[in-house]
Amino acid sequence: MVDIYTKPKISAAQIVLVFSILVLVVVVGIPVILIFLTAFFEDGKLNIPGFVQILKDPDTYQALWNSLVIAFGTTLVSTTVGVFFAWLVARTDLPFKKTMKALFLVPFMLPSFIGALAWKVLLSPRAGYINKFLMALLGLERAPIDIMSMGGIIVIESMYLFPFVFLQVESALERMDPTLEESARISGAGLLTITRKITLPLVLPSILSGALLVALYSLAHFGVPAILGTEKGIYNIPTKIYERIYSSGGSFRAIRVGTILSTILVISAALILKAQDLLLKKGKYQIIAGKSMRPMLLKLRALRTPLLIVSIIYIGITVILPTVTIFLVGGLKTYGLSFELKNLTWANYLEIFRWKMTKDAIWNSVYLSLGAALVTMLAGTMISYVIVKSRPRGKFILELLGVLPFSLPGTVIALGVILTWSGRFGINIYNTPWIIFVAYIARYMAFSLKSNSAALQQVSDSLEEASRACGATHFQTLKNIVLPLIRPGMISAFFLIFLPALRELTTSVLLYGPTTRTIGVAIYALNEDGETVRAAALASVALIIILVGETSIRNFLARLQKQE
Amino acid sequence: MSEIEFRSVSKSFGKKQVLENLSFLIRPGECFTILGPSGCGKTIVVRLIAGFETPDRGTIRIGTTTVADGSKGYALPPENRNIGVVFQDYAVWPHMTVLENVLYPLRMQKVPKEEAIQRAKMAIKQVNMEGLEDRLPYQLSGGQQQRVALARALVSKPAILLLDEPLSNLDANLREEMRFEIKELQKSTNSTLLYVTHDQEVALAISDRIAVMNEKGEFQQIGTPEEVYDQPANPFVFRFLGIANFIPVHVRDGKTYLTPSAKEFLPMPESVQKAKGMSSGNFLAACRPMEVELSRANGPLEGKVVRKALLGPIIDYRIDLGGTIVRAQLQTEEGSMKDLIFEEGDACRVGFSRLLWFPKNGEGEVTHG
Repeated sequence: MVDIYTKPKISAAQIVLVFSILVLVVVVGIPVILIFLTAFFEDGKLNIPGFVQILKDPDTYQALWNSLVIAFGTTLVSTTVGVFFAWLVARTDLPFKKTMKALFLVPFMLPSFIGALAWKVLLSPRAGYINKFLMALLGLERAPIDIMSMGGIIVIESMYLFPFVFLQVESALERMDPTLEESARISGAGLLTITRKITLPLVLPSILSGALLVALYSLAHFGVPAILGTEKGIYNIPTKIYERIYSSGGSFRAIRVGTILSTILVISAALILKAQDLLLKKGKYQIIAGKSMRPMLLKLRALRTPLLIVSIIYIGITVILPTVTIFLVGGLKTYGLSFELKNLTWANYLEIFRWKMTKDAIWNSVYLSLGAALVTMLAGTMISYVIVKSRPRGKFILELLGVLPFSLPGTVIALGVILTWSGRFGINIYNTPWIIFVAYIARYMAFSLKSNSAALQQVSDSLEEASRACGATHFQTLKNIVLPLIRPGMISAFFLIFLPALRELTTSVLLYGPTTRTIGVAIYALNEDGETVRAAALASVALIIILVGETSIRNFLARLQKQE
Repeated sequence: MSEIEFRSVSKSFGKKQVLENLSFLIRPGECFTILGPSGCGKTIVVRLIAGFETPDRGTIRIGTTTVADGSKGYALPPENRNIGVVFQDYAVWPHMTVLENVLYPLRMQKVPKEEAIQRAKMAIKQVNMEGLEDRLPYQLSGGQQQRVALARALVSKPAILLLDEPLSNLDANLREEMRFEIKELQKSTNSTLLYVTHDQEVALAISDRIAVMNEKGEFQQIGTPEEVYDQPANPFVFRFLGIANFIPVHVRDGKTYLTPSAKEFLPMPESVQKAKGMSSGNFLAACRPMEVELSRANGPLEGKVVRKALLGPIIDYRIDLGGTIVRAQLQTEEGSMKDLIFEEGDACRVGFSRLLWFPKNGEGEVTHG
């Protein structure tokens, strides 16, 4: 008998697991721990009263309160708008449905801080173009609309966040088994009763889950409140953290306040995600059909054209108007001039590519997001593979860590990265592009994990085992079978990171140094300095890059899907 | 062609003990079937042989090589075991054409390209898939995908072929056709074949030997199809190989009584008494529905038809023997020729062409199929 015994050695799976854990620990684990430590401990001692005291400080308390009010208001408005349009597209005979559905998702593409910038130009109480026009037209003393207010922030955020609700509810309405409604109808229920008693309860989990996403996003949102609120002294948590750190030049006391506010963000984010998870599980159970069927469509009759016009006007106001405004303002010779041809020039746009600050910003954004997308995609593939496919001991640690990136808002990541990488562990990359790079990896790891693990779950274990049985080693199996099969998931992970990273503001704004501005930071800084025209010109360039990127990637992914 | 030996193999997942102290030998070139209910652990046997799982205890030997030793935590990786596996879900790689799928094992063995293509085409021909070499799996039916999986498992002429419920996702006609093809292929390739299924028809049709496994992962009987069908070791085996009647009886003073009615039943033959070494106590008299003989006037027992169902070529009755229900079947044709078409409520006489006697150990083995 031939026995080829080898001593059990540390398997490759074990090494990959340890490496995966290390990546997550370094990228998100340590930063979060440091945030909590800094928030709760002072001079090595637990300091709860200190924690409470800072929260009680009227300044921080006000920021907390504003964050809540803005999140609540935005959620309410987004949900109303999102559900209404979702119903219109999914359940009525609205004309041009497919086009309308695509158009309702366009606000996703538009960076909300650029939108806010456009609205400030149009509706600021002092110099807003629409305000000036209305004042002249109606002979008013004061501006009729003040966008730079809590209400303004809520409305503008809602404009760009409602697609979260729209997407969830629209697909739920489409997937819903029409026989549920039909049987109610046969039992003699009227349309209103059916909507109230059958349809609404069935899509409620989707509505709530979309609403929670909006709340999660809005609570930690920096861009819109920064552009519309800061000037008027309206702060939410992220802008307050930024203001404290920025005005104190990064003092430890300011960072400590930041970490305390951050813990509030992390805990609320975790709670929101947990609630959403529960809801979605319930939703799966309630909307039984997985395949799309032909739902009962409501005939709008006389309202058909008016509702189409309402939808088009809505898209016109939320998407086209701000985009056009940004492009026009970017071409103005001086801010405040009217939009006449004689006041417009190409020079501003050309200057963007000549001026060092903006040129650097574009370059920084491009290479940082490309690099971060590549690294995060690969790390995410590896980590997802361990989580989904292999079963080494100690995997649960990785699973626990893997949830973390999902509940970390951008501001929190920036703070954590500052605490971790400014010399505490012997590495100081503050003020270098590396710190932004590390932060992007942490910020977008969640996207990568989601996309990769979804792709991996589609690859059944037997496909890998079949390859092993055919004489392929584990590594050959990965190369020949697993990677080709999850390639679409990896590519979409790459773009899911690259595109948002390109226009990132929340995290970069806390991390940039004199030479490491990103596009988002540069637009924001120009606006802060009152260089509205230049800010708009750079924003226009950014919009073009984003638009070209989004459409070509969408086409590419669609082609890829057809191939598979 | 290799033999496979399990020696006291145990395997558990978490708290669930799937296999305990399992030992058996599959002879070289044999078609060996493990037949058992779903979830009984038969798939684990395949996975242990293939190397997808490592035993907790015990050793597994393929040919002269010990491929796994639980006590040492040692297992030869699957790629070094020279096996072919066909999975229940086919596991045909969706991004490769039929030819690429079948070529893969040869590519891994670094067979020269020309020869590899020739052999792959041979294997594709063997499973009757000629002309479909360039198709992608999504363009194939389930049966065709299964053929690809089979060709892929065969192409490298593995010493061992493992088939895990390969036909369960196919429709009845295809299943019948494929099981003969598998048998043919096994004969022509001469490899040792382990076939795992819960379908007794396939098992009986293709096996040289069958091992019947119960829910606890224990082998109840290993034998040729004829042996396990004709001489089942216990009620579990008997029931698993077809519709079974179990008639609970009590034997006392040379006479047999039905339980619980205490009506007299047919006596237990002396040969059985000798073989079992017991002449009294509780027994199960077992038979297939076809072995119940019905007649209008002649027969040792009296019965009453409580249900009649015409199943096409077969008529299926439930007969009440006075508190004990047995299922009887006869050919429809025979029934009408011999005037044996009963209606519900009719009285009839009942006999048995054959009865098996199992000592009853008090547990609830009794079913009516």
